[in-house]
Amino acid sequence: MQLASLPDAQIVARCRRGDEDAWRELVARFSRYVYAICCQAYRLRQEDAEEVFQDVFGRTYEHLERLRSDEAIRPWIGQLTRRLCIDRIRAGSREEITDPAAMPGGADDTMETLDEAFAVHEAMASLSENCREILDRFFARDESYHTIGAALDIPSGTIASRISRCLARLREFMEGRNPAAGTSS
Amino acid sequence: MTAYDEQRLAELVRALPPAPEAWVAAAQELPLVRGRLDDIVAKAEADLAFRDALVANLEETLRLEGYEPETIPLDELRRRLDA
Repeated sequence: MQLASLPDAQIVARCRRGDEDAWRELVARFSRYVYAICCQAYRLRQEDAEEVFQDVFGRTYEHLERLRSDEAIRPWIGQLTRRLCIDRIRAGSREEITDPAAMPGGADDTMETLDEAFAVHEAMASLSENCREILDRFFARDESYHTIGAALDIPSGTIASRISRCLARLREFMEGRNPAAGTSS
Repeated sequence: MTAYDEQRLAELVRALPPAPEAWVAAAQELPLVRGRLDDIVAKAEADLAFRDALVANLEETLRLEGYEPETIPLDELRRRLDA
């Protein structure tokens, strides 16, 4: 079974047993989330964001033995990242004026969006590899039709319709997971 | 409009761009780096001459021992040697 398809709890258990491939998967799985919390929710400068990013994974590695619930690794990493971002902002604010929007109170709405975005990215695993690639390249990596077409060896003139079809499939999947969403109007 | 209309889904896909590759690679190398650090500290504890050489000239001593200093978090190594 591919590591990418294993649930979080099994990845954590494998990491705890010293499986380095599982650790690489754990970092890959949560890297976007941690990065987004640093840069979008707390608007850290790149050099601060990089230090927090490495600190988050360093502490995660050290604390794997003491996690109360392997399933709860995502909220645990989310909380740790928030705490380290706040520490970084407070340390910086002793020396310079910080952006008020970067203070913790302004981050809650963004965190909600990022949690939802994480769920959508997880749901993308249900799509074909081609759909996943197209959606990720176009929206998350901001690649042009031309770049996507060249990378995936498909005519760039068909990218827009493929994006539309892949989004429709993703929507069906999300509504299937959350039936209430499909009934609201 | 549903809670998951396509525009909203597109925004949510866009909300998680990839982290810089170098950051991800560095975090993925963590177990390897920690292992190297543990080896060096254990060796320094067992060999006082090696420890003294590390304290006197960290990077040069590491090179002489076959390590690549740029792959080791030197600040953390210094802290552990001081402890």
